[in-house]
Amino acid sequence: MSIIKYKTLKDVPKEEFLVSGTPLCAGCGALLVMRLFHKALGGDVVWVNAAGCVTLMATFPYTPLRSSWFYVAMPSAPAGAQGIRDALDILIKKGKLDPAENLKVVVITGDGAASDIGLQATSGAIHRGLDFFYLCVDNEAYGNTGFQASSSSPMGSGTATTKPTHLYPAGNILPKKDLFEIWRSHRPPYVATISPSHVIDMLRKVEKSLNFKGPKLFLALSPCPTGWGAETSESVKLARLAVETGIWPLKEAVYGEVTHTYIPLKRRPVEDYLKVQRRFAHLFKPVKNESVIAEIQKQVDEYWSKVER
Amino acid sequence: MVLNMLTGSQAVAWAARLARVDYIPAYPITPQTEIIEILSEWVRKGEMDAMFVQMESEHSLLTAAGTAAATGARVFTATSSQGLLYGFEMLYNIAGWRAPLVLVNVARALAAPITLEPDHNDVLAARDSGFLQFHTENVQEALDLVLLAYRVAEDHRVLLPAIVNIDGFHLSYTRERVDLPEQSAVDEFLPEYKPVNPIRASAPVAKGTPVLIPPLYSFFKYQMHMASRNALNVFRDAAKEFERIFSRTYAPVEEYMLDDADTVIVMSNSFTSIGKQAVNAMRGEGYKVGLLKIRLFRPFPTDDIIKSLRGKRCVVVIDQNISVGKGGIICPEIAEALYHLEDRPKVILPVIAGLGGKSISLEEIKHAVKVADRLASLRAGPDGPLLLFREDEAMLVESLLKLASGG
Repeated sequence: MSIIKYKTLKDVPKEEFLVSGTPLCAGCGALLVMRLFHKALGGDVVWVNAAGCVTLMATFPYTPLRSSWFYVAMPSAPAGAQGIRDALDILIKKGKLDPAENLKVVVITGDGAASDIGLQATSGAIHRGLDFFYLCVDNEAYGNTGFQASSSSPMGSGTATTKPTHLYPAGNILPKKDLFEIWRSHRPPYVATISPSHVIDMLRKVEKSLNFKGPKLFLALSPCPTGWGAETSESVKLARLAVETGIWPLKEAVYGEVTHTYIPLKRRPVEDYLKVQRRFAHLFKPVKNESVIAEIQKQVDEYWSKVER
Repeated sequence: MVLNMLTGSQAVAWAARLARVDYIPAYPITPQTEIIEILSEWVRKGEMDAMFVQMESEHSLLTAAGTAAATGARVFTATSSQGLLYGFEMLYNIAGWRAPLVLVNVARALAAPITLEPDHNDVLAARDSGFLQFHTENVQEALDLVLLAYRVAEDHRVLLPAIVNIDGFHLSYTRERVDLPEQSAVDEFLPEYKPVNPIRASAPVAKGTPVLIPPLYSFFKYQMHMASRNALNVFRDAAKEFERIFSRTYAPVEEYMLDDADTVIVMSNSFTSIGKQAVNAMRGEGYKVGLLKIRLFRPFPTDDIIKSLRGKRCVVVIDQNISVGKGGIICPEIAEALYHLEDRPKVILPVIAGLGGKSISLEEIKHAVKVADRLASLRAGPDGPLLLFREDEAMLVESLLKLASGG
């Protein structure tokens, strides 16, 4: 990469591919990520979707997208991408399709489809070296069905199926599955985490990924006002807090080699991030659950202690 | 015309090749493997200008098959039994996307208990999905119906995917003499696939979107039904064209010695050949018996069935499948087709036979015919389905049960 296209917010492309008028919630992190992500990708895109909140974006007869969309099924969006990619390739190769009709194929799913029911299909597509993009918008639960726990829900969070009780004061007791590492273990050309709070970081990563043929995988933190219990206007702030506390590291891996693209000089305590969300409220009220908060902090500290500076 | 000795697997692979398919997503399962081994080899040798991709499951293979067809590729794939069930969700989706492709199902009975030989619970489970269903008796028919299936499925009055069923082992691994069509003749019969609203940069589309308004859902679903009904006449016309080019005739049903028959045996797929042998044998003994083979199962050829079965005394429906707690799956469909006729048969005998590939002997078929005849004489109805099971088989089962219990 000799020229870096995106330096300041002024460099964000003006052209909109995802326009207003969607049934998604106000303050939806996924919507913000998709809108920005799309700007960096350009308009010749087909989104391939697995069941999740984002599925409601295109509800017959409406779509807010100026690009194409294909809702497939919950477990197999990457396989849907495979069929489209392969069909375009073979039709172009056989001379049945004008190469000008080619499209970038982009899988868009939530964390439930990515980490749970669709993990097999994702692994298959990455293993086959499919030339596609995968954007996982991670709101850390099954948001569309009412915020039940997924394997991406963080330890200590309350969800509709991990409600804090006197027997389970922490709420969710299971750790968050490390999808970045699962993806990276396949050694694809490009894997990155992104956040709607760090727009230039996001756009640069998309731009960089365009240089690679093969799987290009993005894990985006997606604040969820309804599930996380925060004001709709707070989504970007929450995403920034996740980055500044070190809970959501911004990084990329090129053929498996990890680089952190943003290292907070002085990480804020995780408490700053936790205490402003209803899903963690039980850690603070009626009594503060010091041990769980300390455990979360410890995990973050341990993570960063291994990051080379 | 070239005559070859081909297995069912080889024949359907040849059909895919002659159809000039673009895309073959695959996942191995016994007894389908020979089909995908052959196709992958042809693609790897450059003998077929197609893309072969081995997926990681049937669910994914069906997803990729469907989206590729919706993108405008001619798609072929094959699976069987557990594989069909594993990908089941996608059958309804592919049909709903109106993505025409051809899926060969190599019939194999369903677990549990897990087994290898065929019955039709796998393919009939897909009965309501929107896939057209062609059931084949022999290797030539398997090859020909794959070609016909493409022609019907891709017709814009239909635009539905199709399953061509071949029985595992009995067809897939059995070598028969086959007339392998010339490429030029197939090209004449099968025009290039013209997709409707494919995914293109110049014309963005939204596919598979949720339809949250119930009347809209009803509308789209019933559109599929009407398209499937259209397939009856589209198939008849395509079959005429097929006959003109290849000199082989295919109707939605096949009548065998039906003209003067009192009793008609209804069967489908490869065991129909045994049924025909039984008819021959019984004819020699003076029985006025014939056979009706169901070739096109979806859309259901109601009119053909009425034409063939009205006025007959007895109908014996041999279901090589079981809807547990009810009986055979095909028999109620036959009965419903005939119910309102003044001259409907006196007896429609539901028979269960050949589950898990259990052989059906001539004696068993004769027994079923006799039971139907007796019921007709008594003006009585059947008391549930009749299970065909021989004494020697019962003894074998008993001895194995003894072994299992350590006795």
